[in-house]
Amino acid sequence: MSTIEIPYISSPRPDTGLVNAKLGIWLFLASEVMLFGGLFSAYVLLRVGAETWPEGASILNVPLATLNTVVLITSSITMVMAWASLVRKDINRYRLYNYATLACGLTFLIVKYFEYSAKFHHGLFPSESTFLAIYFTLTGLHGLHVICGMLTLAYLHFIGSKMWKTEPVRYTGRVECAGLFWHLVDLVWIFLFPTLYLM
Amino acid sequence: MADTTTTEEKKPEVSHGEHHEELPFWRKYIFATDHKMIGIQYAITGGFFLFFGFGLMMLMRWSIAYPDQPLPILGFLIGNNGIMSPDTYNTFGAMHGTIMVFMGVVPLAFGAFGNFVLPLQIGAVDMAFPKINAASYWCLFVGGLIMLASFFLPDGAAKSGWTSYVPLADIDIGLGQTFWLIGMIFLITSSLLGAINFITTAIQLRAPGMTFMRLPFFVWTQLVTALLLLLAFPPLEAAALLQLMDRVADTSFFLPTGLVISGEVADISGGGSPILWQHLFWFLAHPEVYVLILPAMGIVTEVIANNARKPLFGYKSMVYSLIFLGFMSFSVWAHHMFITGMGTTLNAFFQTTTMIISIPSVIILSCLFITLWGGSLRFNTPMLFALGFLPMFGIGGLTGLPLGLSAADIHLHDTLYVIGHFHYVVAPGTLFGLFAGIYYWFPKVSGRMMNETLGKLHFWGTLIFMNLVFFPMLIQGMAGINRRLHDGGASYADATAIIEPGFYSHAANYLYLNKWMSMSAWALGLVQILFLVNLIWSIKKGKKADRNPWGATTVEWAAPSPPGHGNFDSPVEVYNGPYEYSVPGASKDFSPQFEKGPST
Repeated sequence: MSTIEIPYISSPRPDTGLVNAKLGIWLFLASEVMLFGGLFSAYVLLRVGAETWPEGASILNVPLATLNTVVLITSSITMVMAWASLVRKDINRYRLYNYATLACGLTFLIVKYFEYSAKFHHGLFPSESTFLAIYFTLTGLHGLHVICGMLTLAYLHFIGSKMWKTEPVRYTGRVECAGLFWHLVDLVWIFLFPTLYLM
Repeated sequence: MADTTTTEEKKPEVSHGEHHEELPFWRKYIFATDHKMIGIQYAITGGFFLFFGFGLMMLMRWSIAYPDQPLPILGFLIGNNGIMSPDTYNTFGAMHGTIMVFMGVVPLAFGAFGNFVLPLQIGAVDMAFPKINAASYWCLFVGGLIMLASFFLPDGAAKSGWTSYVPLADIDIGLGQTFWLIGMIFLITSSLLGAINFITTAIQLRAPGMTFMRLPFFVWTQLVTALLLLLAFPPLEAAALLQLMDRVADTSFFLPTGLVISGEVADISGGGSPILWQHLFWFLAHPEVYVLILPAMGIVTEVIANNARKPLFGYKSMVYSLIFLGFMSFSVWAHHMFITGMGTTLNAFFQTTTMIISIPSVIILSCLFITLWGGSLRFNTPMLFALGFLPMFGIGGLTGLPLGLSAADIHLHDTLYVIGHFHYVVAPGTLFGLFAGIYYWFPKVSGRMMNETLGKLHFWGTLIFMNLVFFPMLIQGMAGINRRLHDGGASYADATAIIEPGFYSHAANYLYLNKWMSMSAWALGLVQILFLVNLIWSIKKGKKADRNPWGATTVEWAAPSPPGHGNFDSPVEVYNGPYEYSVPGASKDFSPQFEKGPST
């Protein structure tokens, strides 16, 4: 099994300029765009067809969501810094920045938890209205993506980093791919925030 | 590097059998990462589900031909003294569609053929992501188990049709529909992982010299299919998620305000839109039709070029048509929704795009016909199936045109005509392509040929009975008989004949066809036994095949039959185009891509 070698795992193929994983992750991101694109289209169609549609700010907590936006954007910056540290062969700095990213993700989830429980406390469940239904579905799915992103980053940090000693270039590539996913999760939130809270 | 390692590994397999590097059974056959083994796993799973889905249909055909009469011998399968209730009929109908499309044809056409043949044809050692490849198969497996398990639920499996139209699917009692949705999420994930893997492999792992315009047409079809799966499946995942929310969290994404269920206004928040489901569903499901047909087109192209002993006519125009077809397939979905009241403007738009998308299919088909012109044809079993594909897919495509025109569709919508049309595309169309592929690549997979006599009997039986099953559907549909009726339209024709004597008796005149179609369907089932016998017998007893039994030009025939781990004895280099047959001045009538020939 280990005897065959699949080419272009860590060095790019000359004519495409890509390593396999990078092409793969971009294709995956394209499918993610279609997934959220489908849900955003559902939002548009539901809102256009609705007789009344509540103002987001009248139901949702805008200051908390603003805080979360700042937290996620910060996490994207620390994510880039973590990858850049690996490119400069500084694994310790990478670990530092990666902790920061994970901390930001955790903060986001905790804030989200308080938002959700406040809603449930006031009897605002997804079954209450189409607005709340799409709110919970979109933010829930996004939250799931945050959790998956954090699991990936934690895996690369604690278990996957063994590869740093044997194949540093490949390991850096893995962190870059995880980072690309993390940026997408961030980007989705940047679309979700104005759509649900401000419009 | 790859050279030494592959020969090193292959030798002990041949000479010693049990070598210390040999993988344990569960790694080699169960949790395999070798693309060939995963391809075989896909083939077995897809084949099982095809026969299972066909079995459901053969039971349903009893109810259509002899409504409300007990089924002899096999009655225990459906309970209720062997009498099929309309509910059971609906369950079987919904699951027949789901199983055939998502668990039968896609795993076989895309998962099995793509996995086994694509890396070989581009001269790669494996797929780009072997572990993701295995994950993709196991997602299919879990999804399939969930679907099968749903048959044993107290209220049975999903029964709202394979399209799961809302509000019916939203308010269906029992867990069947919920299982269907969860199963679908697994199946979608499986296709998604597969699609990413296929595209990456086809772009990154091509052997030196294998430029894009030297890719065999089959690889192109798999590449476009993968792109369709990648971009069209996520919206269905979104839709499945929303329907799951409707069923589990009582939301109203697809339930309109004031919905009345069994005479009472439903206790829901309302504000949803049933049409939203249809848009999201068909945004996937129309490209899905091309997912079903394109791999078959690719297989047929390989087989026809090989057995016409002639270069493929118009390779480039075929490739460009294929790419155009892929793009266009994203803008035709609402031709399934002409009678939802979208309005004439939208209808006109989608009717136009539908007419446009028929052009590339016609170009591809015409190129295949012209390839036959003046060739010295060999009528072996794969070629027979490939030749059968051409007119059968032609009928399927041409009967689709009236459905694509909104005026004609108003009459034909939801009749058996639609069923006839779609099955002509997928059953004698796609399945013929898949049969051709199985007979064609069987020697590569097993190292042995399949029996030609049994194969030819299988072909003629299948061709005759498939037409006897599906052609009458077109006639019945034009006579106005609706689909999805457990008695085959009997009560419908009776009731309407009383209301408006004479007018609807037109439908009643064609009900006698039901018995003939059912008997043909059972006969079709019997003919498939020939195929199964041939398949199993040939694995052990078939005539031994060398590396290139068909005298073919594409790269998979450079590998040993069956190929060992790592596929090729030495790294492949590609010197010319994929279909260099009967090159003037060459020593033989085929100049393989992997050999330096006079044309290079």
